[in-house]
Amino acid sequence: MATEFKESIHKAVNNANLTGALGKFSEAYKVNRAKAYEGIDFEELRCRIAELKADAASRFNELSEKFTIEAEARGAKVFRTDDPAKVREYILNVAEENGVKSVIKSKSMATEEIHLNPYLEKAGIEVHETDLGEWIIQLAGQTPSHMVMPAIHLTKEDVSELFSREVDERVAADIPRLVKVARDKLRPRFLAADMGISGGNIAVAETGSIVLMTNEGNARLVTSLPKIHIALVGVEKLIEKYSDVATILKALPRSATAQLLTSYVSVITGSTPNDDGSMKKLHIILMDNRRSEMSADPKFKQALQCIRCASCLNVCPVFRLVGGHVFGKIYTGGIGTILTAWFDELKKSEEIQGLCIQCGVCKDVCPGKIDIPDLILEIRRRLVKEQGMPLLQKTIYSVVNNRKLFHGMLKAASIAGKPFASGKFIRHLPLFLADLTDGRSLPAIADKPFRERFKDIKQLDCVEKAAFYAGCLIDFAYPEMGESLVKIMNNAGIEVLFPEEQTCCGAPARYNGAYEVAAGNAVDNIKALLSEDVKYVISACPTCTVALTHEFISTFESLEQSGWIPEARRLADKTVDFSTLAAKLLTEGRVSFKEGEALRRITYHDSCHLKRTLKVSEEPRSLLSRAGFELTEMFECDTCCGMGGSYSIKLPEISAPILKRKLHNIKETSAETVVMDCPGCVMQIRGGLDQDGAAVDVRHSVELLADCLK
Amino acid sequence: MYQQFKSRGEGVGAEVHRFVSGDIAVDFIIRFLRQEGVGGEPGIFAVSADCRFLNQFTVNPLKAIPEVIFDITRETSAGARVGISQMDWAIADTGTLAQNSTAVEQRLVSSLPAIHIAIVATDSILPDMPALLAKVHPAECGYLAMITGPSRTADIERVLTIGVHGPERLIVLFVDDLKGA
Repeated sequence: MATEFKESIHKAVNNANLTGALGKFSEAYKVNRAKAYEGIDFEELRCRIAELKADAASRFNELSEKFTIEAEARGAKVFRTDDPAKVREYILNVAEENGVKSVIKSKSMATEEIHLNPYLEKAGIEVHETDLGEWIIQLAGQTPSHMVMPAIHLTKEDVSELFSREVDERVAADIPRLVKVARDKLRPRFLAADMGISGGNIAVAETGSIVLMTNEGNARLVTSLPKIHIALVGVEKLIEKYSDVATILKALPRSATAQLLTSYVSVITGSTPNDDGSMKKLHIILMDNRRSEMSADPKFKQALQCIRCASCLNVCPVFRLVGGHVFGKIYTGGIGTILTAWFDELKKSEEIQGLCIQCGVCKDVCPGKIDIPDLILEIRRRLVKEQGMPLLQKTIYSVVNNRKLFHGMLKAASIAGKPFASGKFIRHLPLFLADLTDGRSLPAIADKPFRERFKDIKQLDCVEKAAFYAGCLIDFAYPEMGESLVKIMNNAGIEVLFPEEQTCCGAPARYNGAYEVAAGNAVDNIKALLSEDVKYVISACPTCTVALTHEFISTFESLEQSGWIPEARRLADKTVDFSTLAAKLLTEGRVSFKEGEALRRITYHDSCHLKRTLKVSEEPRSLLSRAGFELTEMFECDTCCGMGGSYSIKLPEISAPILKRKLHNIKETSAETVVMDCPGCVMQIRGGLDQDGAAVDVRHSVELLADCLK
Repeated sequence: MYQQFKSRGEGVGAEVHRFVSGDIAVDFIIRFLRQEGVGGEPGIFAVSADCRFLNQFTVNPLKAIPEVIFDITRETSAGARVGISQMDWAIADTGTLAQNSTAVEQRLVSSLPAIHIAIVATDSILPDMPALLAKVHPAECGYLAMITGPSRTADIERVLTIGVHGPERLIVLFVDDLKGA
């Protein structure tokens, strides 16, 4: 990773103002968003939005034409172009033809996208941003750090400095006072401006209307006072039907700022009279800038369902640490990474795509139902395809793809790692686990991996059989978890088989864009796991489970290796995560715990893949409660622990503070034990607590439950 | 629906009142204007846009106050402390007012003064946004304006602050008996 990028991260995570403001906001946002959506079926709403936006994206041309006809019939002039340079020229032309000296703007990301302000200023035109946040940014000579809250990284003291310079007198760092200064200073500019420039939150094809939303009221003034109004609208803002405006308005303010409705919403259709009796010159620019190309891409067309609410930024555990500037100059956060790759260039997303830890929380809240983490993986895949992979990674994956060599090396490491081991942890592991992050101890590789211990386990002969897919961590670092799983299955009358040819699930390769390697792993595992006639394939690692149930198929799809898909589906159908199966067996009365036990107090950490991809969160809780544990929920129980596979190796400066937050929340509960269902999370959290020195036991639920069996 | 509007509107900082008759509402407006210094302190005045509610009186009762200006320009509106207008609809479930604001004067009086008095007929409350959009079509309305509470920002340190570019107070007056206006 380039030093410059690493430096920007370093600067951001050490900026207490930024992380403080973003951290506080993200905590409040979750609560307020939930409140704003009370009584609304969010799934139903977002399905409708996804559908209507996807439909519009499939017919940009047709809807643009319709929009143009309707808007022009009502006195507007519509200019359509693919090219940002032509947009700038068009706006400058209109300005020059009308002798425009000063422009007032309401917030528009599209104008940021084409760097409009410096272009107009160079031509001698004054440009005034009027959204308070944008104005602050303009005075500071910076770029927005958030799509909805552009100046969230600045404190009131910073703002007072900027304003004092602007009005040439000392302005106290008192927020109401600062807001008053902005009102007073910008008011004459509103009244004197020759031209207003806005964006557009929605463009309605069947009526030629644009919809503008602001809380401050600046868009009303921008569209009412100057005699010329130019609205720059990306074609992805087009929807077909006027009645669908209500659908977008239901979600956008709730998702953006947790409001039921933005203070001011204006639906502008055609030219309207000015206060001197003349008619407004209304120009609407429909800008494409690769959006049509995007709509033709089978994967990325989905990104056009975005309504620009920025909720993916607000919930992102990485964004709340680093803020927007690390992401670049315009579009930030999860969706911003995707938009940058398209509206700017793929290469520009090379570094920022690596910021995504793949926790999936944005996908759950997206009102456009966009699978943002998946699209970021797709960027990764295309980058690797285009540019190849660094040599070291390539070497690692060629080893991972050769099971015997890979497992041989892991075994060798259990011996080689010994001199450095203290208790259950070692500082340095060889090869791909080398030089892992500070702030966390790593597990020693087990003396005897699960695959060897398995041979010594005495099992009853049962009719019902299940294959256990261990995954690398349980096999080589935490074999005791595998032993516990066998014990529980036996208790339910299920015999466990261990197909020896199983290997790495391919997730590490896939998450690094090495889809060919992941496909090789998938084929090996499909062959191994389908070789036995079993009812279930069980995994106690959610990341592996997701690989088996979802990702093998999608990797083959991405690589167009359809031949393996039917077998991959057969495997997916049989595969089940430990919690789901155990909860089912408990309900069926096939597993029973010792009765009347009052066990210790625990807290539960939801692993990303289990909660958000597999949608399992109640099952482990009910299993643990039924076994007699007293559960105290921690704050943000389902926020990522910062592990993210190799993420913690590549971006330790982000992973470490995420882990620190998690540890804090665990300790706040005063629970004796923190329980989870992912060996990766166990590795991250156990290592963190070991370094931290806190006396909290970290366990996979399978271990605790095995001890409670009747 | 009125109760829902009131609670949602007040939730975002609007001041919501209801009057059984137009006469009582006019009394309220006159008292309010006096309180705000209109007609008392020099240089303090109000602007009133064309308004069906006031037009229904044989003589517009606000015409008796010289500091209420009916000539709406950007200058008079920007200088006024209070702007008075009638909104065409209200939306109960978000506490929103809506108006066909194609005439720019309607926008000037509701966006430039520090205080906006919005008069609405109680029977024009609609349940929600789809109901509003079904009522007003862009073919007959060049500028549909919706207002939900006063002007607000949270752009500095996420602290909610009222009154940036629009009014800092929104006074909503529901009138039950608007005599067909």
